[in-house]
Amino acid sequence: MLAIRDLSVTVDGKQILNGLTLEVPPGEVHAIMGPNGSGKSTLAHVLAGRPGYEVTSGSVTYEGRDLFALAPEERARAGVFLGFQYPVEIPGVNNVYLLKAALNAQRKERGLPEVDAFEFLGMVREKMKLMQMEDSFLSRGVNEGFSGGEKKRNEILQMLVLEPKLAILDETDSGLDIDALKIVAAGVNSLRSPERSALVVTHYQRLLEYVVPDVVHVLVRGRIARSGDRTLALELERRGYDWVSAEAA
Amino acid sequence: MSETAKELESLIGRGYSHGFVTEIDSDTVAPGLDEDVVRLISRKKGEPAFLTEWRLRALRHWLTMKEPHWAHVRFAPIDYQAISYYSAPRSKKDGPKSLAEVDPKLLETYEKLGVPLHERARLAGVAVDAVFDSVSVATTFKERLAAAGVVFLPFSEAVRSHPELIEQYLGSVVPYTDNFFATLNSAVFSDGSFVYVPKGVRCPMELSTYFRINALNTGQFERTLIIADVGSYVSYLEGCSAPMRDENQLHAAVVELIALDDAYIKYSTVQNWYPGDAQGRGGIYNFVTKRGECRGRNAHISWTQVETGSAITWKYPSCVLRGDGSIGEFYSVATVNNHQQADTGTKMIHIGRDTRSTIVSKGISAGHGQATYRGLVKMLASAHGARNFTQCDSLLMGGDCGAHTFPYVEVKNPSATVEHEASTSKISDDQLFYCLARGISEEDAVNMIVSGFCKSVFKELPMEFAVEASRLLAVSLEGAVG
Repeated sequence: MLAIRDLSVTVDGKQILNGLTLEVPPGEVHAIMGPNGSGKSTLAHVLAGRPGYEVTSGSVTYEGRDLFALAPEERARAGVFLGFQYPVEIPGVNNVYLLKAALNAQRKERGLPEVDAFEFLGMVREKMKLMQMEDSFLSRGVNEGFSGGEKKRNEILQMLVLEPKLAILDETDSGLDIDALKIVAAGVNSLRSPERSALVVTHYQRLLEYVVPDVVHVLVRGRIARSGDRTLALELERRGYDWVSAEAA
Repeated sequence: MSETAKELESLIGRGYSHGFVTEIDSDTVAPGLDEDVVRLISRKKGEPAFLTEWRLRALRHWLTMKEPHWAHVRFAPIDYQAISYYSAPRSKKDGPKSLAEVDPKLLETYEKLGVPLHERARLAGVAVDAVFDSVSVATTFKERLAAAGVVFLPFSEAVRSHPELIEQYLGSVVPYTDNFFATLNSAVFSDGSFVYVPKGVRCPMELSTYFRINALNTGQFERTLIIADVGSYVSYLEGCSAPMRDENQLHAAVVELIALDDAYIKYSTVQNWYPGDAQGRGGIYNFVTKRGECRGRNAHISWTQVETGSAITWKYPSCVLRGDGSIGEFYSVATVNNHQQADTGTKMIHIGRDTRSTIVSKGISAGHGQATYRGLVKMLASAHGARNFTQCDSLLMGGDCGAHTFPYVEVKNPSATVEHEASTSKISDDQLFYCLARGISEEDAVNMIVSGFCKSVFKELPMEFAVEASRLLAVSLEGAVG
């Protein structure tokens, strides 16, 4: 699904990712953990194509294609989804409008007709139920005046509507109380299938109790310092990151 | 290809899509302006003596006036003697009696513009008066309106059929001495629309005028007069376009609205005059005076404008709130791209007690465009308990454009309240990337964000025109980002 080879990235001349190699096979959920400043968010943004990051070496292939040859919107249409850590507000643009525009852009790329407005609404309402969102949410501006938890749930709702093949979730758990965390996790789990993969970037192992990863990677100074199964997350919770950093040094 | 894809393709491929010229034989008077020209215009229209005299008084006054230059716009001197003040398609003598008599070429022009005049192809029940250069070509739905008692006529026809109303109301809101361009219009105005809604009548459909400048070197000086009698309601929409030409063309219109007790006039404009090319050559000088007077108690006048075209826009649709409890509103979106300039806003003159006004202005600047909001809120000593709320927001796209705000406030009554909010923002990279990361193209993302910014104004437009306005905005901002 996703193969990252020896990826190095700088931001404003500063080295953030430093020869990172990682492979996510279809059907697997991989967690990326690591201390502040280790490059977790940079990795998520580079994969989605955010401007301002310079790839100095390495390659990323997504379903056998060179990911960096695709513009951000093309990556999205090809099934790559980024759940933002800080979703932006777009005042005056209805949530439902953005959702529909996003879905139709993807369908157009795949040669499918635009979604029928009536069916679309039915489908969105069903997913909103899973995310425990009120109907009024559809007509509100995108993230406009949303609480932190609402913004994160909105990210997951968008993911459920777009049904990406590769979901990259950037600290989707940050700022969530335990109830909201469970809802978000249920949303993520509902998409798990042998064809879909996910890269879950998180600070804490708390989310991983509900979204159980197949592999846990620890990112230190821009490269994978250690990989393991979910028990690695528990060990990190107990011992902190210092010992991994020390081993990596 | 899907409909939207086709639409998108045509959007991307086109600059100004209304820029074609109609080859039509026209009766155009030689350029220049003097009393003979004014008399000629008046005679061609068969006007009564009072109107000829009124025009001549305006001309004499105009000759003593100087072109104003206080607005935040720049333009080369206009040679008023090089303009032709009257142009009419020649086939038309006394005006067509029905659509069947209208030159098919003209009907085709309006078809191209998306204004189907034919009643069978009626535009969602909207009655249209179409003005081509100086004359009114056809007015649809005359009969249905007549049954409701509503008078909706080309101005020149109303002068003949309802001279008493014209004499009573013409110039009563915008006197012929008002300002340079309004005075010029008073002397040479050619045609326009006239509306009278009788007491207690709710006009059964949207009324609409479509203005088009076609002939070379002509100015368009239309005059619109709308009178809403006691307890009546009318919604009126005007749209505009012009061919692409390298020269600048002058458009100096006057609109007067009069709302009596409990009457409500809603006036919407979607202005799409040719804006000039990317280097700033050509385009329309849109120097327009629009003013409404709430003459009666609890009268209500609402202006909504979406200004996307013209090289220069200079207009301040205003409300004189004379009647106690009357309401004035101004909702505006003004977009400038390339080298366009817009200096627009409103004046709310509070005279009566408990009068209220709302101003919502959205300026969007791109390219080298300059957008200025200029507004006056004036509370006279008599305006006890009057209230105003003003919101001015500017959106900048790129680093070479400008947004300016000049709010003037004069308060002579201590019980009056004036509120003003203003903001200036840019389309942020974060907003754009958020949309891209959802698979939405950059162009669609910009349009979406801009439409969101303008939403509080668009929602004031009749539904079908809100869609049109959104689309125009997209076209006028093409290439503004990226």
